Parts: sequence; C-alpha cells; structure tokens
Amino acid sequence: MEDMQQKTMRMTVLRYRPEQDKEPFYQTFNVPYHHGTSLLEALFHIKDNFEPSLSFRWSCRMAVCGSCAMMVNNVPHLACKTFLRDYEGKEMLIEPLANFPVERDLVVDLSDLIEKIERIKPYIIPSEKDAKMPLNQNFKQTPQQMEAYLQFAQCINCGCCYAACPQYRINPEFIGPAALTLLYRYNIDNRDSGKKQRLPHLNAEEGAWSCTFVGYCSEVCPKHVDPSSAIQLGKKMSATDFVIKMFKPE
Amino acid sequence: MEKYQADVAIVGAGGTGLRAAIAVAQADPKLRVALISKVYPMRSHTVAAEGGAAGVVRDDDSYQKHFEDTVAGGDWLCEQDVVDYFVHHTTEELYQLEHWGCPWSRKPDGNVNVRRFGGMKVPRTWFAADKSGFHMLHTLFQTSIQFPSIKRFDEHFVLDMLVEDGVCRGVVTYDLQNGNFVQINAKCVFMATGGAGRAYIFNTDGGIVTGDGLAIAYRHGVPLRDMEFVQYHPTGLLGCGLLMTEGCRGEGGVLYNKDHYRYLQDYGLGPETPVGQPKNKYMELGPRDRLSQAFWNESKKGRTIKYPLGEAVHLDLTHLGEKYLHERLPLICELAQTYSGVDPVKEPVPVRPVVHYTMGGIETDGRTATRMEGLYAGGECASVGIHGANRLGSNSLVETVVFGKAGGDAMAERAHQVKDFDSPELARQADEAEKRALSLFDVQGGESLGKVRNEMGETMEAGVGIYREEESMQKTIDTLKVLKERYKKIALTDRGRIFNTEWMNLIELGYTLDVAQCMVASAINRKESRGSHQRLDGPNGAYKERDDKNFLKHSLAILNKETGLPDISLSDVKITTFAPAKRVYGAEAEAAEAAKKKKEEQK
Repeated sequence: MEDMQQKTMRMTVLRYRPEQDKEPFYQTFNVPYHHGTSLLEALFHIKDNFEPSLSFRWSCRMAVCGSCAMMVNNVPHLACKTFLRDYEGKEMLIEPLANFPVERDLVVDLSDLIEKIERIKPYIIPSEKDAKMPLNQNFKQTPQQMEAYLQFAQCINCGCCYAACPQYRINPEFIGPAALTLLYRYNIDNRDSGKKQRLPHLNAEEGAWSCTFVGYCSEVCPKHVDPSSAIQLGKKMSATDFVIKMFKPE
Repeated sequence: MEKYQADVAIVGAGGTGLRAAIAVAQADPKLRVALISKVYPMRSHTVAAEGGAAGVVRDDDSYQKHFEDTVAGGDWLCEQDVVDYFVHHTTEELYQLEHWGCPWSRKPDGNVNVRRFGGMKVPRTWFAADKSGFHMLHTLFQTSIQFPSIKRFDEHFVLDMLVEDGVCRGVVTYDLQNGNFVQINAKCVFMATGGAGRAYIFNTDGGIVTGDGLAIAYRHGVPLRDMEFVQYHPTGLLGCGLLMTEGCRGEGGVLYNKDHYRYLQDYGLGPETPVGQPKNKYMELGPRDRLSQAFWNESKKGRTIKYPLGEAVHLDLTHLGEKYLHERLPLICELAQTYSGVDPVKEPVPVRPVVHYTMGGIETDGRTATRMEGLYAGGECASVGIHGANRLGSNSLVETVVFGKAGGDAMAERAHQVKDFDSPELARQADEAEKRALSLFDVQGGESLGKVRNEMGETMEAGVGIYREEESMQKTIDTLKVLKERYKKIALTDRGRIFNTEWMNLIELGYTLDVAQCMVASAINRKESRGSHQRLDGPNGAYKERDDKNFLKHSLAILNKETGLPDISLSDVKITTFAPAKRVYGAEAEAAEAAKKKKEEQK
C-alpha cells in the first residue's frame, strides 16, 4: 500500500494561450508528491495552487475516458495513469500530444482523429436479412468469435497512437492506427456485412499500406489494443481482396 | 451570436443522450438533432460503468421478479407504473445494443451471458467483462455516426435554457474550442447531463459529473425530486474512490473486516454463504445501501482495517483464480494494481463506501417529460421514478437506453406537432446568459475556487453521508449558504476565452452548489429512514424507522426565487400492485417468501 512520504518533482509544462502568447513557452513548477500521486493529480495541484489558467482535459481518473493524453518526456501517456514515482531522480517535461495542432496549453485539436473514426464506418452494417432480426434475440457469437476482435474494441480514442506514429507525423492524410484498428474490428465481427464498404478505406493510399510497421503505436497504447497488429492483419485482408478482385472483377 | 435551429436539442452525449439522438434520427431522418456535450461523447461518464445492465432473459426469471426486486430495493419509493414499463423494455434495448455491435459476454453456445448482482433474485445482469459502460458508450457513439441528421456540438458547455411563455425553446452554449457562444433553438430540449456526485469530496465520478442539467432545470423552477437519496457504493478503492464493481461480488468476491470475519451476516444479510458460492440477495449480494451502512457500523465498532489513507474493509477475490479474474474482471485487476498497488489475484483489495450515484433528479413523467412544456430529462439527471430510495446495481445502465429511447420517441412526436420558433426574446435571453457568464471575469475578490469546491465536498460528506442527523444537516445547510456567498468572490485569473477551464469550472461549481443545497434540504425534511437515507435522530430515535404514514412520498425541491433556496414539498408515490412491506434480505427474505406462498396456497 501507500508510502506516504512526501517528495518534490521539478516539472516543466508547455504553455500556450492563443489570445495572448505569440508563441508557446515553458513554465516550471516544483510539485510535492507521494507514492500514489499521478501526473493528473500533479496538474490539479498546479492548477489549484500555482497557475489556475493552465488548461488540460480530464475526467474519469481511471484510464477509460481517454481525455488526458499528453507527452511526458516526449512519450505519449495518459496523465491519470502516469505516476511521479516512476520519474524519481529525473525531471518531467509535460507537453501537448504530438502531431495534433495545439488549441491551448495541453489541449490539442482532435478533430482529425474524430473525422477519421467517422470516415471508416465504425458500426455494424447488417445484411438485409440480419437487419430484420427481432429485438428478442441476439446474433450468435461464440466466445471464440468475440475473442477475434475484442482486443481491437478496447480503444478509448485517446490519441496516443497518433502522437507516436512516425507516418502520421509526415503524412497527416494517413488514416492512422486507432481508426484502422476500428475498421478491422468491424470487418471481422461475424455480425457485420459491411466489409465491402470499408475496404476502399483500407486499400486506399492513406489506408493500411501507408503503415511502415514501426510498431510504436502498440508500445504506447495505454489499453494494450495493439493497433500495429490490427493494421498488419488489415494489410493481409486488403491483399486478399486485391487478389480476389484480379480474378473476379466486379 | 451564432444561431442554430434544431428540432431536438439534447444536452449530454452519454448513454442516454446518444440513445435519444438515435431514436429521433430513426423516427424521422428529417428532424434536426443537436447533440450537445461539454466533452467528446466517448468521454461521458457512462464510460466508467463497469458491472452491467439488467434485463430479464433467463427461463427462471420474469418481468414480475425484476419489478419486485426494483420496487422493494427502492424501499417502495418507486413509481410502480414506470418500473413496470421499464422492466418490460430493458431486454429489447439490450438486444438492440447487441445488434449494434456491443460485445456482451457470451455463453459457449453464442448467446449472451448474465451475472449475479446485488439485490436481484435471479442473475439478470448483462455484462461486457467489467467494461460494460465503456462498450455501451462506444457502441452508441459509433452507431450514431451513421445518422447525418445528428449534428454534434462537441465541447460545448451549456450555460442556460431559453424559456418563453413557460415553454422550453432552446439552450445557449459556450464553445470551448472557439471561445464563442451559440444560441440553439429547439422544439424540445432533453437534459441528459448525468448526476452530481462531485458535490461530495469522495466519489467514484469523473470531473465532469457536476449536476449541470439538474441545476439549470432547477433555476427555471422545475422540481428536483428525491434529491436526498444519494447512493454510496460499498466498494470504492481506498484513497481515490475508484469503483470496484458490484460484479466483483456477483462473481463471488467476499468482504472481510479486520478479524477476517464476514461481517455482513451481522446486518440481516446472513446466514453466511460459503466462499465461492454466492447466493442471490444474501451476504455480499445484498443491496448497496445495506452494505454501506454495515461498513459504517463496523467502523463504529472499531472493526475496520486502518490504512495510512483511512479505514477500509477487504474485498477478497483471490479464491476466484487468475484466469477467471482476468476474463471476468480485467479492469478491476488493472485499477487495483495501478491505483492501489494491489494484485487482486494474490491479495485482498482495501475498499470503503464512496458516493456513486444521484438517485433523485429532474422530476419527469414515465416517458421523460417534465412539468415544463418542451423540456425532457433522462438518465442520472432525471427522476423518472425507477430507483426510489435505493437504486439496484445494473438498473441505471439499462435506464440510460430505455429512457433515452422513450425520450427520443416522445420528442420526435412533439417535433412533428409544433412549428419552428424564434423570437427577439430568445435572442435577448441568450445575450443575457452570455453577459452573465462574462460578468464572472469582473469579479474582484480573494476567494479560491479549489477551496470552496473542497469545503462543499467535505460538508456534504459530514452532513448528508451514510447516516444523518438534524444537527449535522443543519450545519451543512449553513455552510453551503456561506460557501455560496464566498463563491461570489472567486476572481478568475485566466482572462482568455479559448478553452478556459477555470471559467467553466467556476460555472460548474455554481451548478453543483445549487444541487447540493437541494440534497441537504430534502434530507433534513425527511424525518424517517428509508433506503439510502438513514437517520439516527428524532424523539426517542423515531426517525430511525421507515414512516409510511407520513413519508411514503417523494420530496420535491423547488427554487424559491425570493430566498434563493429550495422549498421542499411532498408528492404522491404511484403504487399499483405491490403494497409496501418490510424490506428483507438473506434468510429473512426466504422465510417471508415461504410464508407468502403458504398464504396464497391456503386461499
């Protein structure tokens, strides 16, 4: 359990208030902490005691709402799941999530991520017959069938993978890890018949083939979704589709 | 000011708001839906719900049993006709989510599985491991994307409703990203803003759960009903208060005090059931109010376990084994490890009761309509009448979709009946709301937002906690009055308009303070003990008992515009078929059931 001994962390935070700052600047705080103090709690401390104008997103405190992703010493993390104790003896540099435009302080503009999630049709598209399924029965889905996609359904849309992705950095058109994972998740759900509608996105230049398989997205994912693996499986699906189309053109 | 004309404006995009938006879109794709949320929809606090959602599905279950569990669980303060509607619509809504892709946990044959939950006679809780709310919310959000008629206003914070001639006609929002204001006119406004758990310092809730919709409705004279009923969840993680789902106990987790004794048997929930063989409505599967009260009594007896972060009891899951725990309760394992440094596979988790759910809310009829024409409410911010004095776990998650759908249908109907409306008066009110919000920048004073917020949280725990007394409640009433005065002297440091969270937090705190006042005013007026509202006082301890003669009634908190305080009155409870009786669990319940059967047979 808790070690209650109090220590101090030197923490440098990127600040940017578009209405008054010509460019971003850094501000350093000495934040008291104990064994259980998360980065999110450290930011609360700064906001309540030192700098009330520091803006950051947060809500659930339990790594499931996906609000508080940010860069910690250049690595994307959820603030609520990052602990100061793990940086003992070092300093912490806190910056907004990389590869997204900064709205203000630690708040980035996520509209590109949201638009890409919307684009790939992340919902069950049933067959004509299945669409008539009455509301007193479920689709049969065995635990094994569910297991196939379940890991890829754990994404909390925090954006860490986009901040880690070297491809997204140089090519913002790239649909990117979270959205491609979601695409694949629906394509392999046995309740879905919408694969054909999603394949053009998977096959597109900005789709799975843009990924160069660095795998950093999977490394930083706070929910162990493993987008890198979903994208590689997506490439396989795309290649199969290509071969089929060669022999059976529509 | 920017203006948008909608047919339906939905405030809040959690489970209820999203379900309502989809219902309107499916009823008529021509209806313009404005879906407004101060966060992105998938950040809404539905995301944190763990255990599951109740819906009758097993052969040995029935709607009648779910009805009886819910009404008795609510200590007979439920609207029985509404509970009847509710239990008849839960299962179809859960199947609907299944059709939309929700990964409900399965049996080997491919059909959905259910688990045990507290206060429920039969296992009927649908679950997606222990991330049921997360999966429901993402399923609903993703499903909503296919409907072009739903226009989202993400990260728009609602400042007020627009009301003309007693009819609700829209809302005005602050757009965080752009720092400007938007007037949204609508034929119907649906409040789906969630609860107000943040009124208390120790809670399971996200930072956004600040009672916005409750306060906005209340400020316009709409009654808040049964606000004294605040649910303490018996098993919050010590220190941070994060939720250890009731599913832990449904799967067989047990609670021990410092003597490694299963103390619940001393509180009318026994006899002790063997470890690893959970029995419905016995011991750890008693209702939440009883379990939280048992903790309080154990603490008085000095039988809790002392940690540097406070008192706790032990939630032991170790006998369930690693494989089962990682399959059924993966999030619990992750949370306990991350935030407590405890691996539930190997050691018991220190837990204690924590504020979890606002059972009262904006008074509505059985289909989400409020007393104000054009205004509807659903989900945790509403009191549609199914929770009574104590909510059963897994009823609220399914409430979001049942009454989200009901509200959506009702609003689609109204939208067809009334015409678009706009007037200079609405624009004037929108300007007024903008001015009021901006005037907060002019405040001079030395008060601190953090201090006022924390003192509110502390006085609520002290005055309207698990057990309540006149004196401590009065003290909380007085403290809240002082805090509201101090609130007016909080000066903003942040002068910007773009993503100014200090400014937004200040307005949120104003909302929460109003809701807190309604909670304690309702509580002090209820001179009896019922469900989650337990008193220790009264002449000869008279308020320790349930008093059906005087208080088989709802409380209504209505703003008195002169005093600025809530006036409390009572309203009737709808009782259809299930007459009030003693609320019993464990062996006592079984005996009562047997006696009832015998009596029926003799007839």
